[in-house]
Amino acid sequence: MGGTNALSPRYRAVSAPFSWIRAEPHGIHVVPADCWVDPSRPVDRALVTHGHADHARGGHGQTVATPETLAIMDLRYNTREGALPAQYGETLALAGGVTASFIPAGHVLGSAQILLEHAGERVVITGDYKRRPDPTCPPFEVTPCDIFITEATFGLPLFTHPPIEQEIGKLLQALADHPDACVLVGAYALGKAQRVIAELRAAGHHQPIYLHGAMERMCRLYEELGVPLGDLRLVADATKDQMRGHVVVCPPSALNDRWSRRLPDPITAMASGWMRVRQRARQRNVELPLIISDHADWGELTATVEEVNPYETWITHGREEALLRWHELHQRRARALALVGYEDEDD
Amino acid sequence: MEKFAALIDALVYTRSRNEKLRLIADYLRATPDPDRGWALAALTDGLDFPAVKSSTIRTILMERVDPVLWTLSRDFVGDTAETASLLWPAPLAPAGPPPTVSEAVALLGAMTRKSVLTELPAMLDRLDPSGRYALLKLATGAMRIGISSRLAKVAFAQAFAVSVEEVEEYWHCLAPPYAELFAWAAAGAPPPDIANLPTFRPFMLAHPLEELEVDLADYAAEWKWDGIRVQLVRAGDQSRVYSRSGDDISASFPELLDLLPFPAVFDGELLVRGSHQGGEEGGAASFNALQQRLGRKTVSKAMLADYPAFVRLYDVLLAEGEDLRAAPWTTRRARLEQLVTRLPASHFDLSQVIAAGSFTELAEIRGRTRDEAIEGVMLKRRDSPYVAGRRTGLWYKWKRDPLLIDCVLMYAQRGSGKRSSFYSDYTFGCWNGDPDAGAELLPVGKAYSGFTDEELKKLDRHVRRHTVNRFGPVRETDRSLVFEVAFDSVHASKRHKSGLAMRFPRIHRIRWDKPVHEADRISALAALVQD
Ligand SMILES: [Zn+2]
Repeated sequence: MGGTNALSPRYRAVSAPFSWIRAEPHGIHVVPADCWVDPSRPVDRALVTHGHADHARGGHGQTVATPETLAIMDLRYNTREGALPAQYGETLALAGGVTASFIPAGHVLGSAQILLEHAGERVVITGDYKRRPDPTCPPFEVTPCDIFITEATFGLPLFTHPPIEQEIGKLLQALADHPDACVLVGAYALGKAQRVIAELRAAGHHQPIYLHGAMERMCRLYEELGVPLGDLRLVADATKDQMRGHVVVCPPSALNDRWSRRLPDPITAMASGWMRVRQRARQRNVELPLIISDHADWGELTATVEEVNPYETWITHGREEALLRWHELHQRRARALALVGYEDEDD
Repeated sequence: MEKFAALIDALVYTRSRNEKLRLIADYLRATPDPDRGWALAALTDGLDFPAVKSSTIRTILMERVDPVLWTLSRDFVGDTAETASLLWPAPLAPAGPPPTVSEAVALLGAMTRKSVLTELPAMLDRLDPSGRYALLKLATGAMRIGISSRLAKVAFAQAFAVSVEEVEEYWHCLAPPYAELFAWAAAGAPPPDIANLPTFRPFMLAHPLEELEVDLADYAAEWKWDGIRVQLVRAGDQSRVYSRSGDDISASFPELLDLLPFPAVFDGELLVRGSHQGGEEGGAASFNALQQRLGRKTVSKAMLADYPAFVRLYDVLLAEGEDLRAAPWTTRRARLEQLVTRLPASHFDLSQVIAAGSFTELAEIRGRTRDEAIEGVMLKRRDSPYVAGRRTGLWYKWKRDPLLIDCVLMYAQRGSGKRSSFYSDYTFGCWNGDPDAGAELLPVGKAYSGFTDEELKKLDRHVRRHTVNRFGPVRETDRSLVFEVAFDSVHASKRHKSGLAMRFPRIHRIRWDKPVHEADRISALAALVQD
């Protein structure tokens, strides 16, 4: 347990440390460079951590992000114009003496933490992140900094994500137990779906996997970007009998939709960190909850803060009250940012 | 405990009734005694551990988890036992293997208010999150996982291919872990001896009469009273009042307990004194009055005075050591008429046979019963024995015609189970004034039956096309469809904005043709209130 990171002497000389970076309701404003990180409304210059809708929005004049994130945004919003790619590890010089580096966040394909440096001060914005291995993206890298701007989606001590092998095992067991049915897995269309498929493949499941139409383009993009997903087929092209004994993947919103009537006796599963809470699963009529999350759980959120050991933690969204309390209990500086537009993903 | 925990988890997530039955039956077959007996007791709310309360769990957790973090977590989860099961910190040293269900029951039963604070944590240390959840649910005696005790008994009967009526009959005289019940059902031992125990006998039930006409030479007619059907039992020195489902409701009606002067089992209607049904003298109050008395664990003196209960007797099953169930109704009725003279008139009377010369005459008498708020007429074959459940041709219920009103569909909710992808639960309303002069619709009821599968598909399509708002599983529609709603009665209700609550509303006809402004007004519904 580290205590508060001692403020290095150089900060004391500066009248207003970190005044160059401001948390505004619509995003994090990098003042000297006049650009925004994950803004929730169109701006002239945006730095985007990853492709999820509450972080990446269309309509910016210029968008700086990893090539994978830019490809995902292009698929969703046709944002090819003004796209400026930044490779992992690359440092870009922005206006006003600010530099930005993109560092893997381990959340989804293309996801990055953004390290901003100005006048010797270092700020890391995690976007969303996780610490578990994920076959679809490079792992999170711990980056020392002064201000650590973190998410807190699963920021309650009750959230402990089990090993993914265990959850994939539950899925495969359900499949084996019900050879005449199918297992319908609700999974967020960007990231979660592809990770579940890739983990199924890693577990030796090489049968065809059937997709809801809304999943098709994103899965194809993942493959184009070098993430093999195996034999994927569309539900729309299959008969009921063909899908018996197979996994079907759809967005969570389609789980209880009449769309599922075309499936053979589906067992309703959902891959989400929220599935740890029974009532959450029951609310969605989930029969087979799979606790699979692309976010850090409580233990990982707090361990990451300890590893990064920042001067101060800023919390963007999620269960910020509990994570603030943890900082208080461990004599660490923290504050919650009142950002608008961030949502709990179906994650 | 792991298998029990896995069963509880599976039941939490299973929607289909048949699948739930299969899960419980499989567990009961595969699990040794006495574990399965304790598990069955837990599923039927038959366990009570006074030392373990929800507040005990909170106290124990607050010693291990920061109180602020506990409260934030509890608020998020919404269930103390589940929050505790998830938050429980891993023990520093291995704490031993998980307890069996029997071991857990023995330990919990021996705990005091003081010892629970150290002994329960020691047990939690030996379990994983699912095991902790199952243990805490079992310990606090509130499973609340959507399993009725009836469902558990049906599962028991299915597990061992015995009749659920027999299970019900033995159930109430046996205590957990039901060793004799398992010995009989699973191992072929003789059935438990219940002669001197105040046990529940399954009710005889009636089929709807539908379009049938019966000959009154073969059938006797009685009123169907609008109370709750009860069974009154005295055996040995104990008395019980059982509800239709076999639940022991004696605690709610203590005034009925010590009144039977001889061992007997009676079938009757529990009512509250009033002038509402059956005239001024010896009459009964409306069902609403009776509801004041239902579901109470203790009853105040004021309650007893304001809503005095009595039983209107229909039938006698056993009396003074004699089992009358195989005898014809005429014999039982004659016996009942004798026995009732030996019971205190303050709390017992006889449901009168309706004197009607012909079916036509009976129809005429029944047609007038609306005013008396009687539910309808029962027709009982004069030679019928008293058998458990519904047997074709013996008893019929001939409910009075339902009341009808035209309402407008306002909200629809997705159903559950087989209907989970359909909007099948409908909330409808009536106008609070003249719709052409700006009146609003106020919800008056909810129904999810009365339509065919074909109609359900059409209704589902209508809801999807006419949605104006979504709230989770609920859609608000543009209020463009009229239902003719059938219901049994309507009562004043403070819980509804319209001030009215219907009993047994169901969709009678879908009026695709009818303009919504022609639907009924609240005032029309209010005029049908009989309270
Ligand atoms: Zn995200």
